[in-house]
Amino acid sequence: MPARQGRLVRFWRRNGAGYMFLLPWLIGFFGLTLGPALASLYLSFTNYDLLRPPQWTGLDNIKYALFNDVKLRHSLSVTFQYVIFGVPMRLAVALGLAMILDRSVRGVGFYRAAFYLPSLLGASVAISVMWRQLFGAEGLINTLLFLATGWQGPSWISHPDYALWTLIALNVWQFGSPMIIFLAGLRQIPEDLYEAASMDGASGWRQFRKITLPLLAPVIFFNLVLQTIEAFKAFTQAYIISGGQGWPADSTLFYSLYLYIEAFANFRMGYASLLAWILLLIIGAFTALAFWTSKYWVYYEDESR
Amino acid sequence: MADLQLKKVVKRFGAAEVIHGIDLEIADGEFVVFVGPSGCGKSTLLRMIAGLEEISDGEILIDGEVMNNVSAAKRGLSMVFQSYALYPHMSVRKNLAFGLETMKVPKAQINELVSNAAEILQINELLDRKPGQLSGGQRQRVAIGRAIVREPRIFLFDEPLSNLDAELRMQMRVEINRLHRRLGATMIFVTHDQVEAMTLADRMVVLRKGVVEQVGSPLDLYNHPANMFVAGFIGSPRMNFLKGRVGEVDGRQATLELDVGRKVQTTFAEPPRPGQPITLGVRPEDLIAAAPDEALLSGEAQITEQLGGETYVYISLSDGSMITVEIKGQAGVKAGERLDLAIADGKFHVFGEDEAVIHHG
Ligand SMILES: Nc1ncnc2c1ncn2[C@@H]1O[C@H](COP(=O)(O)OP(=O)(O)OP(=O)(O)O)[C@@H](O)[C@H]1O
Ligand SMILES: [Mg+2]
Repeated sequence: MPARQGRLVRFWRRNGAGYMFLLPWLIGFFGLTLGPALASLYLSFTNYDLLRPPQWTGLDNIKYALFNDVKLRHSLSVTFQYVIFGVPMRLAVALGLAMILDRSVRGVGFYRAAFYLPSLLGASVAISVMWRQLFGAEGLINTLLFLATGWQGPSWISHPDYALWTLIALNVWQFGSPMIIFLAGLRQIPEDLYEAASMDGASGWRQFRKITLPLLAPVIFFNLVLQTIEAFKAFTQAYIISGGQGWPADSTLFYSLYLYIEAFANFRMGYASLLAWILLLIIGAFTALAFWTSKYWVYYEDESR
Repeated sequence: MADLQLKKVVKRFGAAEVIHGIDLEIADGEFVVFVGPSGCGKSTLLRMIAGLEEISDGEILIDGEVMNNVSAAKRGLSMVFQSYALYPHMSVRKNLAFGLETMKVPKAQINELVSNAAEILQINELLDRKPGQLSGGQRQRVAIGRAIVREPRIFLFDEPLSNLDAELRMQMRVEINRLHRRLGATMIFVTHDQVEAMTLADRMVVLRKGVVEQVGSPLDLYNHPANMFVAGFIGSPRMNFLKGRVGEVDGRQATLELDVGRKVQTTFAEPPRPGQPITLGVRPEDLIAAAPDEALLSGEAQITEQLGGETYVYISLSDGSMITVEIKGQAGVKAGERLDLAIADGKFHVFGEDEAVIHHG
């Protein structure tokens, strides 16, 4: 069909260059993101050990995950604890420091950089190794504790009751990126609103609750969603600190770690694919929940409600 | 409602002193306007009274009580900001109620006070809107409403009308005036618009570079300016200034010799020094047409501005300086026309070398 071909040619002439520029991204998206995602969706319904071709098993994987997999349930509970405690604590520390930095004038640049540094380093292997040293039996924390109180602490890192909390602490310590975003958000709140509020007799706390929090809500929301997603995906720290096994006693068996073990230690690629999809659904559900509730607590300036 | 005293109040920002020891007393129920050119320290002074700026030196007393270390929240004043500073996330009702809720006023009473204020300012229908949904004039009303619900001891206004168009400004000016009479409250109003100042003030405080130049009623300042700055700042169009010197002196009688124009005779309260340089100030409306042989000044009309009710004519004198003449009604003066002028009824002021007044006409 010459007419149709003509149209194609014309389309290519007009837009071809643009698509050529897009090509690297398109290859990346289809080859490295969408392709594998779809493949893993298929693999979720198979048994696949990398040696033999995948075998279709229908809903078996799903049934197992839902009804029989105790470890899955345990790893979910570990991850939820991590998210539910770690994220709000990280955000609270980030907001608190952002408010302090916002008020002070001198040396803000330096402190901003200093506080941001852990975030740059946080997810790295080196820091996780350092964290192990810090919270080990002979670690710095215990040394300081001993000097201060004369009490010999346990090895936090290898105690099932505390190990997860050392990871939560590591997470909180990386408050840098939400802090920077909070700082930018705080700078957006006009000073005269605080002045008006203090003329209205409002104390610092009331100003925080009635002015800062509501006006910062969009930023808090943004940080909350971002940090929640990140926390659900947490892997490196747990992998290093728990020796790749979720030690001690599975107390740090994060969901992503369990997924990794299933895939690359037990070579159950099919089941691991299903786990990945379940994580995606959970994150999606949390994000949806956040967006859905946001209309009750997030005020946007340009909104007429 | 309260009175206010400033004693040698100083404000420094770092090393820079911007308020240089101001003394001022404001009586209960008075409407005082701070005027002055941009950057003279009006806002700074007001914010010090409000408690939003620290007092570097001196004292501020409200009802005889030193306020220096009392926080803004505890002074019981309210302030209307130039930017309005309405809480964008709260409805108008909440904006008005915020201060009362802070004071833990019972709900029923809050509702009553809020609807009272809304009534006075005619913003009843706006109570459930957000500030973003209001026009500039409506926001202004809400800002004033927020100030009045709390029944503050003193109202502070920092150029509250400067974001409004001319018509609304006039309307709001009238309303603020009415509000003052109705509430009988002490009000301090900052503006650099002298019409606003003249029309609202019981007393005006003219500031320049952090110093009080003169305090007085609007007409007092207009008729008896203490110096060239006040004379030039108050009145529109500006007062004309003509340089000259004192000629012959005979007791309190003296002749003034202007650089441009003829001699003027006048009687001083104290005899001036012969030869002393002076500046003669005459308002545009006090210059009148005269016969050529009786004229004090003559010059060539350059520009004519017709305002309908009056006409401003800008005239260049022989030395190139410009003066302004205000003529009642619609005068058909053409550019290039020669005008001969005299001063009506000896209505002029004489200022000495230090710019302070030495004679009022
Ligand atoms: N936070 C500050 N730090 C340093 N200098 C300041 C500060 N605030 C005001 N100033 C200075 O103090 C002087 C008085 O300022 P102020 O705002 O009181 O002027 P203003 O009379 O209100 O002027 P405008 O009519 O333009 O509002 C100005 O020279 C200004 O630069
Ligand atoms: Mg100002």
